[in-house]
Amino acid sequence: MSTATGTTGIGVSDVLARCREENRAALVGYLPVGFPTVEGSIAAMVAMVEAGVDIVEVGIPYSDPLMDGPVIAYAADQALKHGVRVGDVFTATRAVRDAGAPPLVMSYWNLILRHGPTAFATDLAAAGGAGIITPDLIPDEAGEWIAASDASGLDRVFLVAPSSTDERIASVTERCRGFVYAVSHMGVTGARTSMGDAASVIVSRTKAATDLPVCVGLGVSTGAQAAEVAAYADGVIVGSALVRCLTEAADLESGITVLRALVAELAEGVRSGR
Amino acid sequence: MTDQTPATPAHGLVPEPVARPGRFGDFGGRYVPEALIPALEELDEARRKAMVDPEFLGELERLHRTYTGRPSIITEVPRFAEHAGGARIILKREDLNHTGSHKINNVLAQALLTKRMGKSRVIAETGAGQHGVATATAAALMGLECVIYMGKVDTERQALNVARMRMLGAEVRPVPTGSATLKDAINDALRDWVTNVEDTHYILGTVTGPHPFPEMVRDFHRIIGVEARAQVLDTAGRLPDAVIACVGGGSNAMGIFHRFLDDTDVRLIGVEAGGEGVEGGRHAARFAASSPGVLHGTFSYLMQDDDGQTLESHSISAGLDYPSVGPEHAHLRDTGRAEYRYATDEQAMKAFELLCRTEGIIPAIESAHALAGAIEVGRELGPDALLLVNLSGRGDKDMHTAAEYFGLIDGDAVPPGTADEPGAEGDGRTQL
Repeated sequence: MSTATGTTGIGVSDVLARCREENRAALVGYLPVGFPTVEGSIAAMVAMVEAGVDIVEVGIPYSDPLMDGPVIAYAADQALKHGVRVGDVFTATRAVRDAGAPPLVMSYWNLILRHGPTAFATDLAAAGGAGIITPDLIPDEAGEWIAASDASGLDRVFLVAPSSTDERIASVTERCRGFVYAVSHMGVTGARTSMGDAASVIVSRTKAATDLPVCVGLGVSTGAQAAEVAAYADGVIVGSALVRCLTEAADLESGITVLRALVAELAEGVRSGR
Repeated sequence: MTDQTPATPAHGLVPEPVARPGRFGDFGGRYVPEALIPALEELDEARRKAMVDPEFLGELERLHRTYTGRPSIITEVPRFAEHAGGARIILKREDLNHTGSHKINNVLAQALLTKRMGKSRVIAETGAGQHGVATATAAALMGLECVIYMGKVDTERQALNVARMRMLGAEVRPVPTGSATLKDAINDALRDWVTNVEDTHYILGTVTGPHPFPEMVRDFHRIIGVEARAQVLDTAGRLPDAVIACVGGGSNAMGIFHRFLDDTDVRLIGVEAGGEGVEGGRHAARFAASSPGVLHGTFSYLMQDDDGQTLESHSISAGLDYPSVGPEHAHLRDTGRAEYRYATDEQAMKAFELLCRTEGIIPAIESAHALAGAIEVGRELGPDALLLVNLSGRGDKDMHTAAEYFGLIDGDAVPPGTADEPGAEGDGRTQL
């Protein structure tokens, strides 16, 4: 297992190794840059780190977020209407890095393609970024990104899903660095009432193929669910539930207060699952 | 209408030097979530087997003969052609197919594939409603559950087609997000598919999307060009000088172009929607003003801003109102095998009216863009030219738009069913 550290600071692999030593899962929290404003989203990301998130997923709003459910799609749409730019992601990764957590960018591929994958990797590494999660880029299409991430020392997180064959899991994990993102169920982002068995099955199938840490995303919204997933996964990824703290709040300040409380609950969850 | 000079092919955005299946030169590919890859591979395998299976091909042929109404006829349109430099113009009448457009060719084949894959539910996106109606029809015919995603804006401008789909037993889900048009309907269809992929097949309606859709949908429409080529040879004793088709996603154009690819003397001319004019940005002329990028799983020309966010397209024709274009068209354009122009809303509506008045044929507004292209090409080539134009659909669905555009509704007429007092139903003159 190799570790990419971007420029300076602790890498994703280091964080996951430390969590493993502490016999717990890592908590990975997602927020999109630019909602409700660029400054507001960065304040919320920093608050997440202070409240116990181990790794921050910094989302870039995209006009056609076909992997996202209504909560994240709404936040992305609002952020775009307020004029968020792709370049704002670098301000966010710098702030998250300065707050002490490794920032992983979550982006649909066309935004990176348009920026130029090599240029994006260089700019991200310079802004303290640890790597990129690419929900609509499979390794088969990722030749240029694999080269660019190697050159810049960035992690690259591809996804596996319950529908993935063993052959696909093997070929996807082979080209991941940092961790493998296991999609807990077939569907788009958004809170679920129950995590079901599919998540633990895809984690054990993935672990059979790789020594990389496996983090589970899609559907987790409570401390109890985080604890449930933490029992078998190396990391728990939470997105929509955190975004909703901000979309449903009357103002940023009260949103961040609710956000801190939820992060604390989730952080407790990932520590009580085993 | 403006001739497009091909931009430099060195767009510098090639993801990888590729010689992979699912690529047309640099274009195409499979930019979708991992969760969908197994379904795409299953589909690819199923269609490869089906295309060499006499049982599948026989059943499709039987359906086309006894249900679609194939072969569709060709019609020479001399009175229309007088306005096109006197060139000889022949229309391929896909408008006469069951459900009123070429879309049924692909839909029947994919519905058969759905059953072969053991799936019981189909979903589809639709813009103008032609593909949605065709899908709802095939689902009714074959006993499949059917959900159609349609942008809310489109459900309003194509209300009659919404009613047709519901009449056929399909559930129509209006999509209010984004620009609430075709691209957003595709987003929601993909979200549905990734959630229900186990029992659901996504009958994508055009030659875009992840591999194998562009190739497969083209193959299912290829019959248009196969028939038309033989019919034109039979009628005129020679191949046409140009084959002209409108290009939204590009399925009717790929369908009629493909059989002519090796006939290098035959010009292949795609006509995009110029909307209100390319200068103002309100158009869908991707080849006139866009750059390569990824949308809906494929790498092709894309209307996007400097950040890579998709820009909204615009056309009077819902079926051409899409910010990207099938990847094979991008390849044909960059290699110079096909050429692309655009017709503005105004030019298309002029051609629409002209075909109605000179030949008694009401075309779909989509197809009217091809007719506008034919008028221009005919004037360029003169009376010795022979043009084959794909009349991809009929205009019944567009009467609301046309009536508004041409002011065909009498001022004091009240549409039936909206009168709130007795005797207020108009005077029996033109009504919708």
